[in-house]
This record gives sequence, structure tokens and C-alpha cells, in this order.
Amino acid sequence: MTAPFSRLSDDDLATCVHCGLCLDACPTFRVTGLETESPRGRIYLMTQWKRGTLEFDEEQVKHIDLCLGCRTCEGVCPSGVPYGRIIEAGRADVEDQRRPSIKRAASRAALRQLVGHRGRLRAAGDATRLAQKLRLTSVSRSGRMLPKLAPRFQPPASNVAPAIGPRKHRVAFLVGCVMPILYPQSHDAAVRLLQLAGCEVWFPPDEQCCGALFAHNGDLEGAGRLRETNSRIYDAGQFDALVVDSAGCGAHLKDFYPALKNRVKDLSEWLAEAGLPEPKRDVKMRVTYQDACHLAHAQRIKKQPRDLIRAIPGVDWVEMRHADICCGAAGLYSTLEPDMSNRILQEKLDDLAATRADVVAVANPGCQMQLEAGLRKRGSAMKVLHVSELLARAY
Amino acid sequence: MLPKSVIEELRRIVGRESVIDAPNDLRIFERDGSIEGAMPDAVVLASSTEHVSAVIKVAARHHIPVVPRGAGTGLSGGAVTIRGGIALQVTRMRRILEIDQVAMTALVEPGVVNQELSLVAAQHGLFYAPDPSSQKACTIGGNAAENSGGPHCLYYGVTTNHVLGMEVVLADGSVHWVSGDAPDHVGLDLCGVLVGSEGTLCAITKIKVRLLRIPPSIATLLAAFPSIESASQAVSAVIGHGIVPAALEMMDNVTVGAVEAHYHAGYPTDAGAVLLVEVDGIAESTRELTAAISKILADNHGYAMREAQTPAERELLWAGRKGAIGALGRIKPNYYLHDGVVPRSRLPQVLSAVGEIGEHYKLPVANVFHAGDGNLHPNILFDLRDRDVLHQVEAAGEEMLRAVVELGGALSGEHGIGLEKSAFMPWIYSEDDLDAMHRVKDVFDAAGILNPGKIFPDPSRKPVHLAGRTGLAIEAKWW
Repeated sequence: MTAPFSRLSDDDLATCVHCGLCLDACPTFRVTGLETESPRGRIYLMTQWKRGTLEFDEEQVKHIDLCLGCRTCEGVCPSGVPYGRIIEAGRADVEDQRRPSIKRAASRAALRQLVGHRGRLRAAGDATRLAQKLRLTSVSRSGRMLPKLAPRFQPPASNVAPAIGPRKHRVAFLVGCVMPILYPQSHDAAVRLLQLAGCEVWFPPDEQCCGALFAHNGDLEGAGRLRETNSRIYDAGQFDALVVDSAGCGAHLKDFYPALKNRVKDLSEWLAEAGLPEPKRDVKMRVTYQDACHLAHAQRIKKQPRDLIRAIPGVDWVEMRHADICCGAAGLYSTLEPDMSNRILQEKLDDLAATRADVVAVANPGCQMQLEAGLRKRGSAMKVLHVSELLARAY
Repeated sequence: MLPKSVIEELRRIVGRESVIDAPNDLRIFERDGSIEGAMPDAVVLASSTEHVSAVIKVAARHHIPVVPRGAGTGLSGGAVTIRGGIALQVTRMRRILEIDQVAMTALVEPGVVNQELSLVAAQHGLFYAPDPSSQKACTIGGNAAENSGGPHCLYYGVTTNHVLGMEVVLADGSVHWVSGDAPDHVGLDLCGVLVGSEGTLCAITKIKVRLLRIPPSIATLLAAFPSIESASQAVSAVIGHGIVPAALEMMDNVTVGAVEAHYHAGYPTDAGAVLLVEVDGIAESTRELTAAISKILADNHGYAMREAQTPAERELLWAGRKGAIGALGRIKPNYYLHDGVVPRSRLPQVLSAVGEIGEHYKLPVANVFHAGDGNLHPNILFDLRDRDVLHQVEAAGEEMLRAVVELGGALSGEHGIGLEKSAFMPWIYSEDDLDAMHRVKDVFDAAGILNPGKIFPDPSRKPVHLAGRTGLAIEAKWW
């Protein structure tokens, strides 16, 4: 075991000047009104732990657990506090100190044993789809959270999808772990858009989960092992960009895969650069957009998805209030902290309802699942679509 | 520590979850945006006026200090519980109760965030003028308690000019409205007494504020200057020509460097100082004023001037200015910040004094301030982990404030006196002045339970006690 709180960097922590500008950007502060559930409060707590001025207290770990890791605070922090790095290191440090719990052990084991192994995860996905068909899943809570599964996304046998028209770029596409199971239609649309944008799309064979879910969950070592495997695969490939249509993965790849340098691109970021052909048909819908935290805050990408959506002919665009505030999904958070997740979700659903949109576009599977479940429960007719699916409707 | 029975009483009022008394959690509430800290004995989260009233009744009965707390972004220790007691958190009272488009007013709860009010008001073409740099997070309740300012207060006036009336809870727990809808206060201006009373006279539970029409045209200018002195001369020249811009802000070279690193707003990092000037009104008038100001700035060694071409560009220029103090964290993790005010004509003198004091103590100083109204913000930059510099920081801060007072200035422009500057009150107020203030305090809170230890000098307290316990906060002492 490593020394207590050795992963947390004192210099990172010291960048916080305690000004408090982050507070109202934090979804958990907004609903609780408590300093202890704010970025500034969490940094203050972790700094005390790190410096040994406050003894470790199991009761206080809940403040760390309750952080969504959405990193909205990072975008508003003038001091440049690397909050994402701090909270991930803090979580890993806390794991060494706290009492073991069955729930957390189970989630870590599920990550390592299931998500970390592509074959097992896909088998589980297929089994779940079968169970849905046989209407067995309504017995489990998580079954109600999950969308209705379509046949899982399959790259072409050659692992390459050709460009439509002249080939301008060759890109790698992150198939990922849960996306091909939960939202194969988003992947299908994304790949088609890339082809339309003149990209030859390569699907790196044997690629594993990028490790984002592990890192967010305080398992930096688990994430490191996956990174090693994937890095070897990427090193061997030739591509202009690694395109990612799931914001959480994109953020993790940008932060943790230094060898890829600036070649990791979110789908909207890349399409804005590469350029799409003229749209073929109108999409007559009132549309709003929910920022994915790991896109808007971790990757600072807010403009491109909005520009792409607004360029679709027929779209009646409406900006939602608090669009860049987390919806409460945050990876495994909605499962580990269901109460807080739901409180945050309810505020989001109110803001969504006020837009009177037909469709809310998203850029991450976690957000999509969370919003779908919330809207379904409220009996709303509003649809949730990945940006890629919405764009693809114009072609 | 409060007796268990009192904690139970408080829990019966606001609910079990809304009272925090675990000591390790209370530690997280020991500070605001300033550097001193002191732990409360309990944090109580109020959701309504009834909660606030009932909690204060309990406190009055047991003689427990009560310190209202919003977002805790204050810069003078206003929300620091220096004598322990209850931190009465109003952050859950965050409803905008009413916006009256015709009367151009809003009725809000104290936990409403300043910027949120302006965002909602904007849907009606209106805005709330006082705009502290912390407006993204600070609350209207805190603004009213501290009589906050902001860049645009040069032209529009500070918080007290925008508060029409308030619902307040007094030290006995009774609930009252002071003033109300009318733009003029008839009789004694009680609302005026309570705005800026820093939590020492009442807790604020509702605020009726004035909203203004968003001006049809806004022009924002950025100009570089070779030195902070030449920029100060330019400020005097603009005002001397009879022009009062909506805002007139200065940042020195140190600040510009830190800000540019985060915001990439295009501030010239080689300049000795930059001015940010804004004028608003009808398009013809802003055009005319912009031309006149540009000429005055150029005549006073201004260069690299540019005007924001789009609202987004304007927003970016302001984001840089408003995030400036936080951005200083890129240089050192702690700042000690005063906000003395001098008559505008004394700006060049006071700024060179500030520079000399910094040099004498070998401490980096970053200046970012409301130049138009002579409201300084010299930030002494340091690292609390370096225990040796603390006395230097303390002495330098005091000397800077002394220089301000000697030049005919005041202790604070907008941050309040709080904990930080109470010891300096006798520098500008006579015993009679302070006695008169004490008597006002006694009328409202003779028992002294509301935010004790603030504003009034405490002879037993050192100005700032730079000998901390945690290396994170400076332990505030009053005994």
C-alpha cells in the first residue's frame, strides 16, 4: 500500500485561493447549499488530509463520494485549479484509508472483471438484450434505467469503413466498452457522418475500454493497465485523429494518453474541423442541447455541437437554462449515489420542460441514459438523441 | 460546542439533516474569501423566513452568536464565526419570488446568486446593476449585508442605491419589513442603515431590488499604458473632462499576466498597466463618448487600444477582469487584499506608495481595481506554507492601508470592515463617531448576538493574526 494521501499533490491543492467563484457552478452545492458539498470545501478537506491537519474521518468521505466529477468548477476557476486531477487522486487515496464496503467492492470488481474485458461485457450486453426481449428485466432496478437495447454495434469485418466521395482523412474510431451495447445507433450515425465528411474510418482491433470509468471511480491502477494495452494498439496504427463520440472517454483519452497528443477529437470537434457536405433534408424539430460535463468542462467544447445542430435546416433551436450544469448521471454516480443524482436530475428536467423542445441532443451515453429515464418517469414525450443521430437525419 | 439540547432545538426547527455539528465538517466552514478562519459551533441551513426567525429566537434565549452566511465569497471575514456560535446558512433560500416588468423591480430571497438574477431579468430586457467580481457565486443577501460594489458601480451606484426594501429578522427573532416599493424612503431611512451593516444588526430574509433597462448600446475599450502612473493620469484626465464611464478599471502588469494565462482575453502582457473602460447608453452617445475617451487615453500615453467588436468579446474582456483575483493563484496560493479608497486625484501617489511598500518587504503585489472611483485592490501575494513571510505580509498590508488614510482615503470601498479592518477603524473615526455607531448597534442588538466581533474595534485583538494552525487558514483570535 502507498503512503497515506501520496497521490494527492500539495502543489495542485495549493492552487486554490479559496475565492469561492466555483460554488454555484457545482451541482451538489446548488441543491444542498453546503460548503462541504462544494469544490472549494472538498479541496479544503483534501488539503487538510494531505497535510495531516485534520485526521481522516470515515464520515467525511461522503463529501468526496458525492462529487460528480463533472468538472464544471474547472471551467469557472480563474486560478486554474486542476480539479479533475485532484479529485481522481483524492478518490484513489481515500480508497486506501476507508473501510471496505460491499457496494464499492462490487462496483470495482464489476469494472475490472466486466468492463475491463470486452468479450465478457459484450456477452453480458447480449444477455441483457435477450432478457429485455423476454421481458425479464422489469424485476431489476437497473433494468428500468437501461434503454431498450438494439443489436450491438459491429464494425465491418475489414475493420475499415471507406470514405464517401474522395478520401480526405483517415481516422480511428473509438468503439469503446458500453457505447456499442447501449447506443449502437449513435455509433452507426457517427460513422456515417465521418464517411460523409471524407474520412476513412479505422476500427482498431482488440481495443479495450479506455479506462475512464475506472479513473472516475478512484481505480487509477485499473485505468493504467487498460491504457498500456490500448497505447500499444494506437502506436501501431496510422490515423489523423482518434474520433470519440462519448465525452467521458474523450476527456480521459485527452488527459491520460499523452502519446496521442492533440489527435484525440470529440466527434463534434472533428466534424467542425473536417466539414460536412450540404444537408439533404430538413429536420423539422424544436431542439435543445444538454452539455456533457466531460465535453463542456473537461474538453472546453461547447460551441461546435451547437453550431452543428443549428446548421441543420428546419431545426428550431432553443438554448436551455443551465445547459452546462450536470444532469446527475456522472458515470457510475447515478447507481452509487441515487438520491443526490435524482435531486440534480429533477432540476434538469424542470429546465428541459421549460424549453418545450421535441428533442434534447446529448454527447455522452451516461447523460442519454439519465435523461431518458427521467423523462420516461415524468411521462414526457421529449426524445433524447445523440448529436450524431440528429445530424444524420439531415442526410 | 453547543449543548446537545440546543442542537436538538435547532433540529426541530429546520430538520435533522439541516444542522451540522460534526467538528470535522465544521472546519470546512471556518473561512470565507478572506484569509482568517474560525470554526462555528453549528451550521444551520434555513429554508424560510420562519426558520431564520425561529433559529434566532433560540440563539437569543441561549445567548449564542449568529452569523448569517451566503456563498462565503466575502473578502473581509464577514461570514467568519470569530466567536463561534451558529453559521446561519441562507443558500437554500434561492427563489426569485417576483419580477415586475413595469415597476422594474425584483423580489428575491437572500440566497439568490447575483448573476442568476441578472440572467433571469435579461429575459425581460432588464438587469441588476451592482456586479461584484464574485457575481457568479455571491448572493444578493450577502451583497446587501456588505453593501457590495463592482465595476459598474462607478456610474450606477453601489448596492444600497438599488435596494428598495427588505424583510429582516432582528436579534429577538421578530420579522419586519423596512421600506418597500417606493423609490424614495420617507422618514428615517432604516433600510439604508441595515444595508451594509454586515450582519451586525439583522438577518436579511427578502430583498426588493431595483432593476434597470439593459442599455441599447454598450462599448468596451481596452488600452495599454507604459506604467501604472501613466494609466492613473489617464483616469484622472477622463473624469476631469466630465466623462463618467459606466466602468473604468485598471490592472497592473502582474495581474494581466495571471489573467491572460487563463482567459486568453488578449490583454497586452507587456504593458505596465491596462485600463478597461465601458460606456453605455444610446448608440449615438456611446459612439461619441468612445471617440472622446480614446483621444484622452491616447493623449496620456495609451496605446494598443481596441474596442470589443462582439458581445462575446466584451464578455471575455470582463471575464478576465472579474476573475483577476482568483487568477492570482497562479502566482501564489494566498492573497491578502485591502480595498481602501482614495480621492481619484491621489491615485498616482497612493499607487507608488503601494509599490514601494511591496518592494520594501520584498513581497509581490498585484493591483487590480476600480480606478474610476479610486477604489484600490492591492493584493499581497504569498504562500501560507511559508511561515516566515507572514509577519511581513501583515505589516505590509497595514502600511498600505495607512498610506490610503494619510492621503485622505477610507478603509474600504466595497468589501466591508468585517474582521479584517476593525482594528483600523480608529484611524478614521473619532471616539464619538464610534460611540454613535455603538448606540445604533445597541438599538438593534443590545445583547450582541448578531455577528459579534465585526466592524467595531476590539482593543484586545491584533489587526490580523498571522499565526495559523492549519497552514490553510489564519486562526482568527478575539480574546
